[in-house]
Amino acid sequence: MILYLIRRALYAIPIALAVGFVCFMLVQIAPGDPINAIVPPDAPGDVVEQVRRDYGLDKPLPVQFGLWLFKVVQGDLGRSLATGRSVWSDLSTAIGNTLMLACCASLVGFIMGCTLGGLAGTFRGTLLDRFATGIAVAGVSVPHYWLGMVMVVIFSVQLNWLPAMGAGPGGSSDWAWDWEHFQFLVLPTITLSVIPTGIVTRTVRGIVAEIMNQEFVVALRGKGLTTFQVFLHVVKNAAPNALAVIGLQLGYLMGGSILVETVFSWPGTGLLLNSAIFQRDLPVLQGTILVLAMFFVALNLIVDLIQAALDPRIKRA
Amino acid sequence: MSTAAEAELAIQAKATLAKGQGYWAGVFKRVRRDPVTLVCAGILLIMFLAILFAPLLAPHDPYQGSMIRRLRGLQTAGYPLGTDELGRDMVTRLLYGGRLSWFMGIVPVVLAFFIGTTLGVTAGYMGGKVNMMIMRTTDVFYAFPSVLLAVAISGALGAGIINAILALTLVFIPQIIRVAETVTQGVRNLDFVDAARSSGASGFTIVRVHVLGNVLGPIFVYATNLISVCMILASGLSFLGLGTKPPEPEWGLMLNTLRTAIYVQPWVAVLPGACIFVTSICFNLLSDGLRQAMDVKG
Repeated sequence: MILYLIRRALYAIPIALAVGFVCFMLVQIAPGDPINAIVPPDAPGDVVEQVRRDYGLDKPLPVQFGLWLFKVVQGDLGRSLATGRSVWSDLSTAIGNTLMLACCASLVGFIMGCTLGGLAGTFRGTLLDRFATGIAVAGVSVPHYWLGMVMVVIFSVQLNWLPAMGAGPGGSSDWAWDWEHFQFLVLPTITLSVIPTGIVTRTVRGIVAEIMNQEFVVALRGKGLTTFQVFLHVVKNAAPNALAVIGLQLGYLMGGSILVETVFSWPGTGLLLNSAIFQRDLPVLQGTILVLAMFFVALNLIVDLIQAALDPRIKRA
Repeated sequence: MSTAAEAELAIQAKATLAKGQGYWAGVFKRVRRDPVTLVCAGILLIMFLAILFAPLLAPHDPYQGSMIRRLRGLQTAGYPLGTDELGRDMVTRLLYGGRLSWFMGIVPVVLAFFIGTTLGVTAGYMGGKVNMMIMRTTDVFYAFPSVLLAVAISGALGAGIINAILALTLVFIPQIIRVAETVTQGVRNLDFVDAARSSGASGFTIVRVHVLGNVLGPIFVYATNLISVCMILASGLSFLGLGTKPPEPEWGLMLNTLRTAIYVQPWVAVLPGACIFVTSICFNLLSDGLRQAMDVKG
């Protein structure tokens, strides 16, 4: 058990390094000299050469990667071309906002998905099952940026119940836990939760249906347990696999919220990425993607560890 | 002429008959009994024909706008689905827009299908060091959420259709590799592969004759499912300004440029997204139907 945990944790290190390398290469594959990602295009020639030496861009690629990695590990993600501020300072506030949105959406998706999936798996072949399966298919095939627009049309334009964009009254981005602020979170959360709802429903339905077909369920029924007591046993068996899927969804939402954040002008990493793309601000692009990807790697690790801790069957694998 | 030739013909005819009632006939039979799959296939076929013959069907010019008839609503005379923010006919734009959206939704999956299958089958069949190299590289790309990876690559490369297709292909290759590797490993140790090996067939022949026929089905089903995802991602990239450039019609880009119009003509503005949704859900359901009909697990 312990050995498995250690092995799994160690395996995350090469993955993290390789992910770092991919992020490093992002600037390299960008058209043009990578030096353009650091200095503004109108800088004089000798300054460019100076910066090139300072950043070690005259050195071979592996050495450059080493130097870059050394800085990143110390928390230096470079400076934004557009604002001149350090990438990390913009990123840290944006990550908080994205994390909040992604957590809320995951929670909604988790509750909806488990309810729908659990019911559908238990009562297979019924109308309820069809309804849940329909929701699941629609959830994974809907372009969520479009759904966001439809939500805005219905709830902001037509009904005027909820604000269409931003994260606080008057365009402020200081968060507080009251309705004034919370109402800005409603539409983006619902929009973003559609994907995890679909995926979790599908997965939980499959897992529950499989367990319900196993002999021990028949045995429990034969023993005279009530439907609810049998259900608890099913939950216990379904939980590890379901948790793994749900945990990863949080990571997908962190990275995937860029489109929804663009629709609702939610001041998170997605909006940051979007403006970085528009201004071709490569350091911001690189830093944001690196942090989000590292978050995903860490989440993967945590999910695997929790799953192994919950499910004694895994340690042999 | 002899009876021998006749007999041979009869045997051949019987063989084709038997072949005709084989696996694919069964699949076809099952699909025919599945109304959802049939309806989805029908909708997709109609859409495909509509965008294929867009120049014949479109009532107006897709690029010719007019300032005086900007943002007309639904059911305007001559413009049944209204006009966009530059006064261009929405029916025409949606028909032409489907061409690029479908192209960008399907081409990356096709490319990834070929590359991913090659690498995945190689990894699954060879095993050992080759498997480790390919699969560990795949793990790295799996460490990125797919939307993020697509945005990252096309964001770094810059806007453009080619770059977007490149980015999406790279996103889907690892996913197909994983599926291909898993199914190949399942087939690799079956008795008929062992038999072929012991009869002296080369690795290439075994893969071509015995392995591919058994793994292509599941990979194909998985790939059709990816088309749905790819459609959404490709339009999403255009929505972010990373795919097609204006004035080229494309559903995602149209959704982006019409976003400012949701206060004026909300229901016209959401039309391109509805097209993406219908296409995507049909591909998804079609893939589910095929999976069931072909009895693919997983």
